[in-house]
Amino acid sequence: MTDTIGMVLIAIGLSFDVLGCVGLVRLPDVYNRLQASTKCVTLGTCSILLGVFLMSGGFTSMGFKALLAIVFLVLTSPVAAHAVSRGAHRSGVKLWEGSVVDMYAADRAREESQDPAKAGRNEP
Amino acid sequence: MKTLRWLIGSVLLLGIVALIILMPFRSVFMPLYVEHAAFAGRVIHILILASLLAVYRVLKGPTAADRIVAIDIFGILIVGLCAVLGIATGLSWYIDIGIAWGLQSFIGSLALAKYLEGRSFHD
Repeated sequence: MTDTIGMVLIAIGLSFDVLGCVGLVRLPDVYNRLQASTKCVTLGTCSILLGVFLMSGGFTSMGFKALLAIVFLVLTSPVAAHAVSRGAHRSGVKLWEGSVVDMYAADRAREESQDPAKAGRNEP
Repeated sequence: MKTLRWLIGSVLLLGIVALIILMPFRSVFMPLYVEHAAFAGRVIHILILASLLAVYRVLKGPTAADRIVAIDIFGILIVGLCAVLGIATGLSWYIDIGIAWGLQSFIGSLALAKYLEGRSFHD
């Protein structure tokens, strides 16, 4: 029974991984690709690791390491994705021409319009 | 330069020939448990296919950010592959390889993102 649940979880994670990689190949833009491919971290690989935890029989050494890897991936991978998208936007990667809204550019423009006033207040 | 290219090519060719020759004896080097071997073999093949898609994006990506995203996802897929190898062979240290690979991939992604941003490292 536990093996069956683990196999189903591994199959779900595998399908999410493959769909995320197909999105990585097919989508037109850096930000769209990031949106598609970060799904295969939390839903794909964490599901695979949860299935490995169930298939290895609970809290053995392998299952405990799998839980540790789940915690580590959930904590670190969105941080890396956010940093990559921020760096891409700041380095001037263009959005796809079909994109509707770019809130970060407006936010940065507002920050830059507020920054000289702030610098002017701080300097004297 | 030409000799170096010939050397790399011949080493790759010898490696492929050795893989083909040693393929019937792979159960000696990589013992699989009988109960989960077929399932884990299929999972490993599909994961290798997905990571080949990621490698395609690394090779073809128009900007540097595409390549960084693809390398990040490639590392995540390798973590899943290590977990499935652990369930296939019954050796628990494969997941240690996965954890270490995830840590290195995280630090590398952060450093490459900072480099992409064009700013210094001390903030």
